[in-house]
Amino acid sequence: MRDIAFGQYYPAKSVLHRLDPRVKILSLTAFLVLVFCTSNFYSLALVATTVLAIVLMSSVPLRLYFKSLKMILFIVLITSLLNLFYGTGDPIYQFWIFKVTLSGIYNAIFVTVRIICLILVSSALTFTTSPTDLTDALERLMKPLTIFKIKVHEIAMMMTIALRFVPLLLEETDKIMSAQKARGADMESGNLIARVKALIPVLIPLFVSAFRRAYELAVAMECRCYQGGQGRTRMKQLRLGARDYVSMGVILLVICGVVLCNVLLPSVR
Amino acid sequence: MSSIKVENLCCTYGAKTPFERHAVKDVSFEIQKGDFVGLIGHTGSGKSTLVSMLNGLIKPSSGKVYVDSVDIWQKPKEIRKFRFKVGLVFQYPEYQLFEETVEKDIAFGPSNMGLSEEEINKRVLNAAKFVGLTDEMLKKSPFDLSGGEKRRAAIAGVIAMDPDVLILDEPTAGLDPVGRNVLLSQISQYQKARNNTVILVSHSMEDVARVCNKVMVMNKGEMFMFDKTQEIFARADELNSIGLRVPQITRVTDRLREMGLDLPKGILTVDKAVLEITELLKKEGRL
Repeated sequence: MRDIAFGQYYPAKSVLHRLDPRVKILSLTAFLVLVFCTSNFYSLALVATTVLAIVLMSSVPLRLYFKSLKMILFIVLITSLLNLFYGTGDPIYQFWIFKVTLSGIYNAIFVTVRIICLILVSSALTFTTSPTDLTDALERLMKPLTIFKIKVHEIAMMMTIALRFVPLLLEETDKIMSAQKARGADMESGNLIARVKALIPVLIPLFVSAFRRAYELAVAMECRCYQGGQGRTRMKQLRLGARDYVSMGVILLVICGVVLCNVLLPSVR
Repeated sequence: MSSIKVENLCCTYGAKTPFERHAVKDVSFEIQKGDFVGLIGHTGSGKSTLVSMLNGLIKPSSGKVYVDSVDIWQKPKEIRKFRFKVGLVFQYPEYQLFEETVEKDIAFGPSNMGLSEEEINKRVLNAAKFVGLTDEMLKKSPFDLSGGEKRRAAIAGVIAMDPDVLILDEPTAGLDPVGRNVLLSQISQYQKARNNTVILVSHSMEDVARVCNKVMVMNKGEMFMFDKTQEIFARADELNSIGLRVPQITRVTDRLREMGLDLPKGILTVDKAVLEITELLKKEGRL
């Protein structure tokens, strides 16, 4: 239950950990777009190298990155296979209805590298940023939306609470499952219907306790005079430092690099 | 005959991450049938992990658990068998209640064992009697009971499986003094009536001193001591050294003895202390 690697904060003291979370979120967004803007091998290689550099700089064990890659291995395989066989042009190799073309191979490589880059760079964000920092930064970034009467603070608070409750509810599920297993509940065998039925003794207590916790939290927040974001000050102020400006500069350079590669160098594919 | 034997048991959480923690380190012991063992130690000393390994809910990182001389992990597919033999009541067991009526909830364990309707009914009524639930309560929804009653209903749910070993993880936590006393004497009566093995995990030295004949002390995942209750609480200095204490009344009588009164060592309950002191006063002709 607790082995969910994807998106779990990994405490360490790297440059990436200390970076302003707003910068990290914006850079991630830029990267996600950038990955799909690569039109030839040069720009793809540039993006991939940057992603690798980010991963290496995060001082998070590579084992964890592999773990999150493992979860999407299947998707990568399927999409690259599909791309491999759906290329256009002269076939290099052919059997039965399948034909492999040069453009197919290029496409497959592109798709694979792109997906891997996406996963790696977004894992790097969640590994190096604690959930509270993340929602804090989101609240700040979404602030302009208040003009459209969107309750940014409330949304951010809901996200914080939801994120906070995920591990709590997982732990609770673990506990209740253990308690029912101790009474001989069998959750590992049987057909689908039997397994769904076996979940009832877990789900009912879980719901009851989720409601109880929500109620208790509401009371606790009210006891501390919580009344939304109006006039609320923060203990941790987000301020941009030298390191943040440097990293923004680096990201800008990479963006320029990708654009230049796309425009100036011949597209190999 | 030993009912539970444990050899070099270890359990490590989150191996190879910064969260790595050795919850239980190289613990070995043997508990005889009919023993009432108190398990004490600080929060995080590995008590709960240890008891979860005894009925196979957690698989030990290394080491062996024997129930009735059988290695419980010999056939991992049949681990459920040992969960019926070693009944474990978790902390705050009232959070596991889910059925429409208390009766049905208590029957959950026995019906998982595949018993006949008749046998299940018999066991539910028996278990309810042991924990002092009335017939009227059995028909209620478990969510309509008071905190103490819910606790007792949940304990009955494990007792109804008629386990050879009953483990209770802090059964009296969060109950008022009267509730504690009642529950504790019910457990004690249950143990005497069936001559079962019972393990009581507790933070209260008074509770342990009152009902247990043996005490196991855990400290930082290791077994610190395991002996008869009297022997353990006679070693007050060692207990103090790891931040635990002896029951209040033992401290008082120990002090009185230091001050020159002729009291025996290892007085564990108030009743016993009253008895010894009146005896002493009578002997000296002051009463």
